[in-house]
Amino acid sequence: MIEIFLQKKLNASSGDMLLEVKTNIEQGHFVTLYGKSGAGKTSTLRMLAGLLKPDFGKISIHGNVLLDTSNQINLSPQKRKIGFVFQDYALFPNMTIIENLSFALNKNQDKKILDELIEIMEIGDLRNQKPHRLSGGQQQRVAVARALVQKPALLLLDEPLSALDEEMRNKIQKYILQVHREFNLTTILISHNLAEVLKMSDQVLVLDHGKIIQSGNPLDVFSKGKLNGNFQVTGEVISMGKQNSNLILTILIGKEIAKIMVKQNDHPTLTLGDQILISAPNLQPTIKKLN
Amino acid sequence: MDWEPLFLTFKLAFVTTIILLLASIPLAYWLAFSKNKIKPIIETLVSMPLVLPPTVLGFYLLIAFSPSNAFGKWLDEWLGLRLVFSFEGLVFASVIYSLPFMVHPIQSGFSNLSKSLLEASYMLGKSRMTTLAKVLLPNIKPSLLTGIVLAFAHTIGEFGVVLMIGGNMPGVTKVASIAIYDEVESLNYAAANSYSLILFALTFSILLLVYMVNGGYLKRFWK
Repeated sequence: MIEIFLQKKLNASSGDMLLEVKTNIEQGHFVTLYGKSGAGKTSTLRMLAGLLKPDFGKISIHGNVLLDTSNQINLSPQKRKIGFVFQDYALFPNMTIIENLSFALNKNQDKKILDELIEIMEIGDLRNQKPHRLSGGQQQRVAVARALVQKPALLLLDEPLSALDEEMRNKIQKYILQVHREFNLTTILISHNLAEVLKMSDQVLVLDHGKIIQSGNPLDVFSKGKLNGNFQVTGEVISMGKQNSNLILTILIGKEIAKIMVKQNDHPTLTLGDQILISAPNLQPTIKKLN
Repeated sequence: MDWEPLFLTFKLAFVTTIILLLASIPLAYWLAFSKNKIKPIIETLVSMPLVLPPTVLGFYLLIAFSPSNAFGKWLDEWLGLRLVFSFEGLVFASVIYSLPFMVHPIQSGFSNLSKSLLEASYMLGKSRMTTLAKVLLPNIKPSLLTGIVLAFAHTIGEFGVVLMIGGNMPGVTKVASIAIYDEVESLNYAAANSYSLILFALTFSILLLVYMVNGGYLKRFWK
């Protein structure tokens, strides 16, 4: 169990904001932090890592106290044994891929872990390349591998997938889920993308203005518990048209495009770019095998 | 032609550059990453030699180190160090005078590195020293080279400070720039010209080399 309580006054561009996060995370869970930019997601992650000091707070991982401001305990990032994947990947440009990974080894640590990670992340061909020669997706895989060399109990991912295209994103999601299971990790991922949250996580924490406004199973959270439908997809509104009192929405679902019609009055605030959850409660679909 | 002033000039520039490099790395590191309130004051002091007339700096150093003053006397009696009209004094003055030329490139090198590189190294359990030696310094090589060369070249071109605190003692403090002035004073234009030409050619080649290395022109031939 990871117990987290953090409080910090932040100077955001929109003015001062009090970040106040209190939550417990089960060992082995995959948790996503979801929310708008400036909601405090990255700050929360950085405080967990020890890269940002909260005004008040307490963090413990499986009973080990990392931070307790009331008892003047604040372990440095070096001592927290947490894996962190940065948004810009932060691979060391002066080192090759294998050197980046070896750098992460502890003194006297068995080098076998490197081969294991290289195999899982399928980066064997890149061993002797410098990071700047790699594509975004390849750098991403190396960054995840490097963060896992010391076998941390907790892996933090600061929105690492946002710069990747859909296909690469799907691929990396698969890798991340795989290491999450194989290394028995507790993982916290920041994501803007609803589909990603639903696909990846056991638990979602929705952050708004520094507070957790919702928490729980992602499907329950985003469907607000009201739906009993057995067909649900998420997508992004990419175009809107009107027909009488109806809205014709063009939705991007993964790589597919679909058009649906909804009552305009039911959705007065819908705008382009919104992520939506589409459900058809009483759908009786026909399916056709393609392969 | 007397080669001694040229030899002395390069000896001075060499010693000064080495001391500056060792001193500037920690100083530039602090200036780049510290959020201390006195940082602007230190930054100002480091940059002062850029705008201060060298004679002002030389004058105060001369006063401070003169054995007839308390501080100069203390240095002389306790450390056996006489910094006025001596080679050691020239080195000290040059280090101060060329400080911004070494500190500024290294500082901006550090500042331009993505902060996540430093943080990534910390997250991997590496100490500040290891991070500095293995991650930060190797990634600012062009800045280090620029600092080294600028400090070296600037020390070669020094005149005012040297004249004030070093005087014109052959073999001890008579560097090339002073020798040129000396030859001109005695209307010996030919000798002044030889010194000047050598300094001109050398500084030109040094700077050209830096621009070629930092601009990646040389790498293309090696590959």
